[in-house]
Amino acid sequence: MNLQEIVNRLSLDVKTPGLDLNREVTGGYVSDLLSDVMGNSSGGNIWITLQIHLNIVAVASLKGLAGIILVNNRRPDEDTLKRAVAENIPVMTSALPTFELVGRLYALGLRCR
Amino acid sequence: MINAEEGVFFLTGKDFTNAGAASSSLKGVLEKRGVPQDIIRRTAIAAFEAEMNVIIYAVAGMMKYRISNTEISVTIQDMGQGIPNIDLAMTEGYSTAPDYIREMGFGSGMGLPNIKKSTDHFVINSMVGEGTTLEFTIRLANGDKERA
Repeated sequence: MNLQEIVNRLSLDVKTPGLDLNREVTGGYVSDLLSDVMGNSSGGNIWITLQIHLNIVAVASLKGLAGIILVNNRRPDEDTLKRAVAENIPVMTSALPTFELVGRLYALGLRCR
Repeated sequence: MINAEEGVFFLTGKDFTNAGAASSSLKGVLEKRGVPQDIIRRTAIAAFEAEMNVIIYAVAGMMKYRISNTEISVTIQDMGQGIPNIDLAMTEGYSTAPDYIREMGFGSGMGLPNIKKSTDHFVINSMVGEGTTLEFTIRLANGDKERA
């Protein structure tokens, strides 16, 4: 599934201007523990978290993730967004809590892989 | 055959702004060299976990790497508090991280186990009050992961 399509279907608010969202999302991973994401997510996954600090970009970049969705309308730090643009990692926010958001991603056909 | 290459990155304790930069640079070196994606992924996991340990727990440290035609070897050495009980530190879920580190999503006690899982060879030595040295190797010659 395409990231742009996910953004459209779930009305996500894209916080990183200028990044191409036309990229393949292979699956999803949910965690607020960075080592869990490092160890267990797969390249191309969309990552759902409530962490908003700078270091989430390093994790996404090192793992080759498709992007990061922040839940509950959490506002990312300015530094996080600057770094995300520089590293080509799209960051989106959703007003939904994690349970609801992940349920909708699953309904769209996304799986953990 | 490409020549072996090596390099070093310096790490500063508590510098969360640049945390992950050394691992990203190492990943860039491997990509430029045309190393297979799976090997890059495993190296990135191990390097990041080791780098974060220096940022979280130590005063300063360095990450040295050497890439030959057969393997990637990385040594992370720090000046820090050291680890009193390495077996305990290697236990999944065990962490001594303070609350503010945990709130950032670090300190889940998965770092060292992640390094062990991602590498072909992993050694850790520590002296309390002096620091910790960690070395890992990932084989290039045979692309298959051989778990210890």
